[in-house]
Amino acid sequence: MNPYRRLHLALPTALALLAAAPPTAPATEPETIVLASTTSVENSGLLAHILPGFTQQTGITVHVVAQGTGQALATAAHGDADVVLVHDPEAEAKFMAAGHGESRQEIAWNDFIIVGPGADPAHIAGTRDVLAALRAIATAKAAFVSRGDNSGTDALEKRLWKAVGLDPTAEAGAEAGAAESAGAKGTAPPGGGWYRDIGGGMGAALNAAAAMDAYTLSDRGTWLSFGHKADLRIVLEGDPRLLNRYDVILLNPQTHPQAKQAPAHRFATWLASPEGQAAIAGYTIAGQRLFHPEADPKP
Amino acid sequence: MSDLPDLARLTLDLLLGFDAALLRIIALSVAISFTATTVASLLGLPLGAALAVFRFRGRALLVLLANALLGLPPVVVGLTLYLLLSRSGPLGVFGILFTPTAMVIAQFILALPIVTALSHRAMEGIWRDYGDDLLVSGASRPRAIPTLLSIGRRESLTAVLAGFGRTISEVGAILIVGGNIAGYTRTMTTAIVLETSEGNLAFALALGLVLIALSVAVSACAFWIEARSRRPQPPETA
Repeated sequence: MNPYRRLHLALPTALALLAAAPPTAPATEPETIVLASTTSVENSGLLAHILPGFTQQTGITVHVVAQGTGQALATAAHGDADVVLVHDPEAEAKFMAAGHGESRQEIAWNDFIIVGPGADPAHIAGTRDVLAALRAIATAKAAFVSRGDNSGTDALEKRLWKAVGLDPTAEAGAEAGAAESAGAKGTAPPGGGWYRDIGGGMGAALNAAAAMDAYTLSDRGTWLSFGHKADLRIVLEGDPRLLNRYDVILLNPQTHPQAKQAPAHRFATWLASPEGQAAIAGYTIAGQRLFHPEADPKP
Repeated sequence: MSDLPDLARLTLDLLLGFDAALLRIIALSVAISFTATTVASLLGLPLGAALAVFRFRGRALLVLLANALLGLPPVVVGLTLYLLLSRSGPLGVFGILFTPTAMVIAQFILALPIVTALSHRAMEGIWRDYGDDLLVSGASRPRAIPTLLSIGRRESLTAVLAGFGRTISEVGAILIVGGNIAGYTRTMTTAIVLETSEGNLAFALALGLVLIALSVAVSACAFWIEARSRRPQPPETA
């Protein structure tokens, strides 16, 4: 047998299979927009609940890229999204001031909660003052998991510590450094102290808190839909400082001419419409509403 | 761990349930990895053979490069590609960020060094054994490359499967350039990351088992195809 006639069999087979299953979408793709959104609205299942109705009504498909608020705003600032849905008022204000956004509108809210282990070493269960609770956690040196990912939740947590008048990174670091060796100066080993910056999403933080019997700050939506609560429970809720508002932001056509303005505008309008608001209000898990429509009275 | 007893049931449900969303995720995973591996193989296999056959300045450097890039961190590939493909990046006009095409490119970049380095390693040995005979029997060096690949088709298959293994199991790069968009760029691995972050650990692990089953099936198919073709005899020696 002439070896020259021998062909590698895997490659023709691969090509045949490739031809049968092209990975890209067909040319007749319906109109799509990219929504840069936070993990909390995606992971909680809210978007999966409300988007089919919008798509059915308008024919517009919404591609959700779920990131922390910081990253979602950066994605939009890069020009890689058509519309934004996030929850960090301060970061949003900066985004608007930088000229990236055209309009910003609140479309839903819920609240943040502190979850912690059943043993509750800082004795904060049932209290309502989040600042006092954080102070108690720091005093007890009870394990606390921080997102540390520049997300909306992370930004709120940092603001709360600031309001308490504590810098937990330094506190925990100093403590760990002192424990390690007397006189050893400089940066403490990360993770050595009670304050643990995991640099991850809400789900990762809840997984970590469950594994380490730690406290953490969570949005209620992610918490309710989270499937691995283990010994974690809500220890504190109801402080007005823990309000969590979600805003939809349309991009400025001057700075972001590539953004698909018309369908993005339709999406934002729909979210704020009675229909969109009803869809948001209609999303429940085990009878509990995860997100309140914008008009619901806040605590 | 309380999740483990559910695992077998969940995995079976997934495998036998033919859930439409899951099938779509599997199809996308396979299509993207298959495309990336195929393109990487079409380039990498001959490239590896050429590196074994030809002697030229810079050859050693290319071989070193291919081997060094075996450890290319996917997340760095993803991030670099993100900056290139972003609307504000140099390739932004094509608008392929957050599409399956971007994912194929990322995986192609990851698979190419693997296929090339493994192909080169194998073809080097075969060239030592058969090279003189091929040249004596009148073949030019370029024409010797397909012969070499044919003789070393088992080794080539291993290189292709290693490339496929890298792409089907990879998550760092495609999460960044694909965006894990439901029904569009969500693959097995990005779905596992998502389910883990939602605390659905048993379901995430069940997805992982499905992914492993898929890898085994692909390897089995490849070896079955290979086994049906006999290894050719070495050319007659003078």
